[in-house]
Amino acid sequence: MARLNMVTAIDQALLQEMERDPKVIVLGEDVGRDGGVFRVTEGLVERFGEERVIDTPLAESGIVGFAIGMALAGYRPVAEVQFSGFVYPGYDQILSHAARYRTRSRGQWTVPLVVRMPYGGGIRALEHHSESMEAVFAHIPGLKVVMPADPYEAKGLLTAAIRDPDPVIFFEPARVYRAIKMEVPEEQYEIPLGVARVVREGKDLTLIGWGAQLRVCREAADRLASEGRYEVEVVDIRTISPFDFETVTASVVKTGRAVIVHEAPRTCGFGAEISAQIMERAILRLEAPVRRVTGFDTIPPLAKLEDYFQPDVDLVVHEIIATMEF
Amino acid sequence: MADQRPQGKTNAAGGRSPKAGGRKAKAAKLVETTGLRPDELIGLLQRMMLIREFEEECARLYRAGRIRGVTHTYQGQEAVAVGVCSTLNVSDFITSTHRGHAHVIAKGGDVNLMMAELLGKATGYCKGRGGSMHIADMSQGILGANGIVGGGMGIAVGAALSSKMLGRDTVAVCFFGDGAMNQGILHEVSNIAACWNLPVVFLCENNFYGMSASVEDTLACKEMNLAGRAAAYDIPAATCDGMDVIDVHLATRAAVERARGGGGPSYVVCTTYRFLGHHVGDPLTYRDKSAVDPWRLRDPIPNFAGRLVADNLATREQVDRWEAEAKDAIARALAFAEESPDPDPSNLTEDVFA
Repeated sequence: MARLNMVTAIDQALLQEMERDPKVIVLGEDVGRDGGVFRVTEGLVERFGEERVIDTPLAESGIVGFAIGMALAGYRPVAEVQFSGFVYPGYDQILSHAARYRTRSRGQWTVPLVVRMPYGGGIRALEHHSESMEAVFAHIPGLKVVMPADPYEAKGLLTAAIRDPDPVIFFEPARVYRAIKMEVPEEQYEIPLGVARVVREGKDLTLIGWGAQLRVCREAADRLASEGRYEVEVVDIRTISPFDFETVTASVVKTGRAVIVHEAPRTCGFGAEISAQIMERAILRLEAPVRRVTGFDTIPPLAKLEDYFQPDVDLVVHEIIATMEF
Repeated sequence: MADQRPQGKTNAAGGRSPKAGGRKAKAAKLVETTGLRPDELIGLLQRMMLIREFEEECARLYRAGRIRGVTHTYQGQEAVAVGVCSTLNVSDFITSTHRGHAHVIAKGGDVNLMMAELLGKATGYCKGRGGSMHIADMSQGILGANGIVGGGMGIAVGAALSSKMLGRDTVAVCFFGDGAMNQGILHEVSNIAACWNLPVVFLCENNFYGMSASVEDTLACKEMNLAGRAAAYDIPAATCDGMDVIDVHLATRAAVERARGGGGPSYVVCTTYRFLGHHVGDPLTYRDKSAVDPWRLRDPIPNFAGRLVADNLATREQVDRWEAEAKDAIARALAFAEESPDPDPSNLTEDVFA
């Protein structure tokens, strides 16, 4: 089995879906001839031509807007936004139109649109190039929000996202793009949206993360285990909307403790929602308050301060111990 | 305040010709000048009447508290919706606006389902969930009215791109008003439509006001030539008399034929006027009460009826009968809506996802 990084895995998912379904279209700024700012769409225009791999003008509102029209008229557009911090001119189109067609029309119309974009810090970029604003999408009824953690996950989740009849926001962790390689099957496979996974079993505490932070969570759990201190169960949320509260609840009921990790700002981050769901479903099983390890309520700082902004293994370990010793 | 008195037919460059009603002399041979059959010409009048009656009923229902939310009616502008949609096929697309009832009726929407939707009934187009500003009918190519000013622009261009990619000869018409001329996305998608030569018609209804904001105060356009902006994208543009269903029909027909034939996008600006306020209940503090009077003299419905009679295509008795038929159709729509059940609250969270 080939060992792929996340860039190649996503490229492969796009290529195979485009081969399978002629209605799948890739569009965005520099996605064709240039192969995308992170080279995720490399090779697609040579394979499928400019009709299906469309270099658009620099116009996010227009890109998302006409992708909605294409989706209504029978295509399955996969739009790329170069960085998640650039999506806001198109956010109006996503919020006001894409997310609402199905509900507004009581199920008559659907917008099978995927908007892909890299998110998050760790690449020494600056504010719009480093942010993690998944919560402002998760808050919108009618949108699915997917945040893969590794290459295998990215391929399976993107394949499912393209086949999904509803609009999906697909956040790709920029710092993971080329950071790891792992075995990824050549053949197509789907990972269903809305199903979390337990990536490491443990009895003492449930550690919840997604996207780039999952690696931090695993390393923290591994360190505590290797030191013989605690057995931490790690849950990858995968899709923060729809949110799989059953998997999370089952784990917390088992361990009695939970720590949530995200690099997004703390206030109204998705960790707050998860914490609230745990309270509603498992408060009598909790041995300690649910804690959150998050970014600060500020825009991501430039490179020198970035390591202070992002949760890291030391901080996560510290919060786990504090929760265990509560 | 700049001159907002109604003008006659305007030329393709957008300048206004000086005298109103200048077309009357040459209106005598409608069949020859338009190439439309008598029944098609009569259909234009009947459709305008149906819209007028629908809107009058909406205003009554709103004032009586029967329609909730905001309702924007179309009285005065009927020639635009009917003139435009009479150039389209069922498979052609339209996107509509917050003032969209007329576009839906003109494109072939069902007034029973519309009235039920406005009254929030389960039998409505959106099962009573969408309301006045969200009626859509995929079977008629109606991609939806839209509560966001300019909200249909991206969608229309995307539908046009799909038509082109699928090798179909369908055209998308994007309705919007003078206020939406200032939305940023119009720039983005005009540029895209021109770059890719897409079969879309940007159809601006200039009724001189975006809610209370007059075009003079809010549009930076030389001599108020809204269509002149299209030149920046190298898109052909025409301005037509939005009070004259034939003028609208001919201007739009040229744009639609160009789009269908692979000639790319167009702008068509229809100069028109809304007889009533922005919404039912608008106190109209921003407009002289008498400003509407000269426009009412150019009411597209009696004027076009008069032309049909003068052309011996209809009699006065027929015109009266068609008006009564329109009233009956709307009364039946209201009865249908009233007899329909309310939506079931247990369905409130359905249809968010497939």
